[in-house]
Amino acid sequence: MGANPTSAFPNGIGASSLRKEDQRFLTGAGNYTDDINFPGQSYAYFLRSPHAHAKIKSIKTQAASAAPGVVAIFTGADLAEAKVGGLPCGWLITDMSGQPMKEPPHPPLAQGKVHHVGDQVAVVIAESYLQAKDAAELIEVDYDVLASVTDVATATQPGQPAVHDMAPNNVCYVWGHGDKAAVDKAFSAAAHVTTLEIRNNRLIPNAIEPRAAVAQYSRSEDAYTLYVANQNPHVERLLMTAFVLGLPEHKVRVIAPDVGGGFGSKIFLYAEETVITWAAKRVNRTIKWTAERFESFMSDAHGRDHATKAELALDKDGHFLAMRVKTAANLGAYLSTFASSVPTILYATLLAGQYTTPAIYAEVTGVFTNTVPVDAYRGAGRPEATFVVERLVSKAAMELGIAQDEIRRRNFIKTFPYATPVGLTYDVGNYEATLAAATKIADVAGFPARREEAKRRGKLRGIGYSCYIEACGLAPSNIAGALGARAGLFEAGEIRVHPTGSVTVFTGSHSHGQGHETTFAQVVAERLGIPFENVDVVHGDTGRIPFGMGTYGSRSLAVGGSAIMKALDKIIAKGKKIAAHMLEAADSDIVFENGNFKVAGTDKQLAFGQVAFSAYVPHNYPLDKLEPGLNETAFYDPTNFTYPAGSHICEVEVDPETGVTKVVSYVASDDFGNIVNPMIVEGQVHGGLVQGIGQALLEQAVYDPESGQLLSGSYTDYAMPRADDVPNFKVDTQVTPCTHNPLGVKGCGEAGAIGSPPAVISAVIDALKDLGVRDMAMPATPYRVWQTIQNARA
Amino acid sequence: MYAFQYHRPGSLKEAAALLGKLGDGKALAGGQTLIATMKLRLAQPSDLVDLGAITELRGIKVEGDALMIGALTRHAEVAASAEVKKRIPALAVLAGGIGDRQVRAVGTLGGSVANNDPAADYPAGVLGLGATVITTQRKIVADDFFDGMYETALKPGELITAISFPLPKRAAYAKFPNPASRFAMIGVFVSQVANGSVRVAVTGAGGGVFRDAALEKALTANFTPEAVTSVKVSASGLSSDMHASAEYRAHLIGVMAKRAVVAALG
Ligand SMILES: Cc1cc2nc3c(=O)[nH]c(=O)nc-3n(C[C@H](O)[C@H](O)[C@H](O)COP(=O)(O)OP(=O)(O)OC[C@H]3O[C@@H](n4cnc5c(N)ncnc54)[C@H](O)[C@@H]3O)c2cc1C
Repeated sequence: MGANPTSAFPNGIGASSLRKEDQRFLTGAGNYTDDINFPGQSYAYFLRSPHAHAKIKSIKTQAASAAPGVVAIFTGADLAEAKVGGLPCGWLITDMSGQPMKEPPHPPLAQGKVHHVGDQVAVVIAESYLQAKDAAELIEVDYDVLASVTDVATATQPGQPAVHDMAPNNVCYVWGHGDKAAVDKAFSAAAHVTTLEIRNNRLIPNAIEPRAAVAQYSRSEDAYTLYVANQNPHVERLLMTAFVLGLPEHKVRVIAPDVGGGFGSKIFLYAEETVITWAAKRVNRTIKWTAERFESFMSDAHGRDHATKAELALDKDGHFLAMRVKTAANLGAYLSTFASSVPTILYATLLAGQYTTPAIYAEVTGVFTNTVPVDAYRGAGRPEATFVVERLVSKAAMELGIAQDEIRRRNFIKTFPYATPVGLTYDVGNYEATLAAATKIADVAGFPARREEAKRRGKLRGIGYSCYIEACGLAPSNIAGALGARAGLFEAGEIRVHPTGSVTVFTGSHSHGQGHETTFAQVVAERLGIPFENVDVVHGDTGRIPFGMGTYGSRSLAVGGSAIMKALDKIIAKGKKIAAHMLEAADSDIVFENGNFKVAGTDKQLAFGQVAFSAYVPHNYPLDKLEPGLNETAFYDPTNFTYPAGSHICEVEVDPETGVTKVVSYVASDDFGNIVNPMIVEGQVHGGLVQGIGQALLEQAVYDPESGQLLSGSYTDYAMPRADDVPNFKVDTQVTPCTHNPLGVKGCGEAGAIGSPPAVISAVIDALKDLGVRDMAMPATPYRVWQTIQNARA
Repeated sequence: MYAFQYHRPGSLKEAAALLGKLGDGKALAGGQTLIATMKLRLAQPSDLVDLGAITELRGIKVEGDALMIGALTRHAEVAASAEVKKRIPALAVLAGGIGDRQVRAVGTLGGSVANNDPAADYPAGVLGLGATVITTQRKIVADDFFDGMYETALKPGELITAISFPLPKRAAYAKFPNPASRFAMIGVFVSQVANGSVRVAVTGAGGGVFRDAALEKALTANFTPEAVTSVKVSASGLSSDMHASAEYRAHLIGVMAKRAVVAALG
């Protein structure tokens, strides 16, 4: 770790600086929401529905209210009476018929009906958490249990129970994207068509830190403070105040302190923090709530859960002619904050992948079921798209007898910018470079020998490819708006230079594991030529930060970092004016280099710190023309998405006797544009790969089709990947800098989870191909692999 | 967790007396099952009698033709014991494959066997070696001890003090871990004693640990992997769940039995 030879600064851009935040995280000094306590605080416990679908006939709270320590109990009726609204959805999708999507009400506490196991029915506030929990057991809810539906593939069939009366056949929307006529025409003339039925398995996010919130109301200020484990506190505040509680936005401060992982699940506005914020004023007490792990399983928004039919039309040489995709996407029981956009805007627009497929059409049906709401989870729509594209390509290659790398090369996009038929314009990329690097590192040439050697040990070895692309750096606000977003997607940054020349950065991005305190400090240190130690990064507080759209979609450095760059430009521009005055030169003669303001072509110069001091002690200062102080804010709205892309090559060994699959080699060559901190990027890739391998081999949320109970509701049945489930990764980066943001960066947070599932699954299929196996569902558990082998042999 | 009274007796006699008179008391060993169950509010004992201070329940020693392991001996101690590794290495392997490092550092032999989780590892070792469970009241042979899912021959207030494992000629344990919990989805313990007779105990497959008579017969006749292959393990009575069908479990019993035989033959 340490210095980067290309930077003039030891902790500048390109250095693997050790993470500043790790000192506190690793020594127990992290400050997570559950670490925050106030004298006299009370505790909330949410009573949840034990049924997937039921009418609430009555709720009796008398006995519970009389239990020791109880401060108050509220139900849906109390919220309705107080005119508390429903939780909003932030993205409007318009149906093919031109109708808006169906938006059933999402009350923070159930009203009349419960719609999934874990749905909130009542909240008990008490002096202690245990008292709240004890009292909740005394609440008598009389349910009339209704038939439920959980399976996305069949929920829209006639005769299935209706989750919401306003959504016939459980359809939220049917959305089409692309040129259907052109696609149908291309298919009718194609030499070969490859077809796949895909179930993209439902995942449960499982952040280490469970969701938590502490809500306070101050009578003296008539203002609220909410501490919450969240990825975008300004968005949380906006949605909560404007859409649900009707509170003045400026009277609510939302603080997301240290957050222990999110993966998307902490983007959303949830019922629990909304209810306790409202209740904090009602009971005039600070209220704390921390989810227990069983609650995380049944109330954090889940991910994925698609049923897809996908087809690829090719000519006889393996050139892609067209792609046709029909997907049913499970949205769960209610529309979570960005649920509607994930299987549409963030999915169908990625179906071109890295290829020149000229015509693509996707039809997506958003489906309500009696399950936990589904929303963005690491990759959000793009892993689902990548799985469709890369599995189709791998299967087509197998069917046509073309090598996996060759079929990809034949179809790669090679000239940029490139406008895809699904609405995106890729600014830059070099797909051949990442494929060549991955091929070399993976020693693909040596694979046949490794396969033979494995066979001698009784193991079946296979190799799988995935050449993924993603759209990150969400997003040009006008484009997002035209596509239905009900929010902007810019970012804000403020640079506060202190009189002594040290700097505090206020960013609207939010770090919940990404290491922004380090990466952003490296950018500032490099740009201002000051020591990395003199830069602190503040995030996650609406009371301190001008504004922010938060962190998701690998947007922090590309969008948040760009806002910081813009603010730094303003700092330097002002610094030049101050320096010109002090050095008695013209503004235009001042250059800023390596932390010094210089009169060009002379040896007259001032260090950054001297100029900063002068800005705050303006004795020799152009006060007639320039305000004192050195503090600048910038907002950055991107002009395009960024397009990280790469090639992954996975090798597995299957034990045909037991069905156990072991990932024995994994190579990822990624193009994330310029890289600020290689160590952090590598860590992000590792984490993403583990999640992707988890999806491919281990993880699945399973509902009982009869009762609608979540069968995989704890770690006893939900298989999280562990360190020994993955090999030592070999990761590489190739660089084509992003052309439209000042840092040339693209984003790296999700790539691992996006690229890896098809590589792993294709490797498993390759291992079994001599048995005639051509497809394999996720997760490829030992049981499923064994069954597949049995069926192939039968 | 609900409120309870906590006791920490210094002797076995005291512990037994306490449990005898407390209506709804439970012994606490490593707490790796009991505490979790209480946290989930699935168990609500009025009293916990912590056995932790009773040193006489701890330890590993050879007594004649048997290895005597105290009920409070931790999984990690069994896994690391030179005596166990020398006399019944299969038992050390079994203990070393339970849960994770933290669980092995606290979980105990007695707690595991008393709990009789249908997917626990130790019950396979106890039944597979034909061990004897020694309690505060009597000695119970393994064949009479396990009584289906979470049920044993223990009476209320009766405590396991030690387990006596007869030394086999050879033995091995092969475990196929559940991908999520890593308890045994199938675990097969195979042992052969001096006279050639073989015991095969299976855990994880159904309602509780059981012996497989067909495998025992085949292996008693011929202690080879081929003998295992000749037996078709029936799926009848085995459990089916999201992780494995009864048929897959039956298949895994065969595979794990074969691997155990190979390991036992060294
Ligand atoms: C994460 C995790 C993973 C695990 N993985 C595995 C695994 O892979 N394989 C496996 O086999 N087990 C596994 N376990 C269970 C573990 O082995 C426990 O240690 C064991 O089930 C119980 O032992 P204990 O000492 O913790 O007992 P406790 O939890 O203290 O007690 C369990 C029960 O036994 C009773 N009891 C305890 N001691 C005695 C005694 N001397 N006499 C009579 N009754 C007694 C108690 O009253 C209680 O009812 C796992 C546990 C955890 C938490």
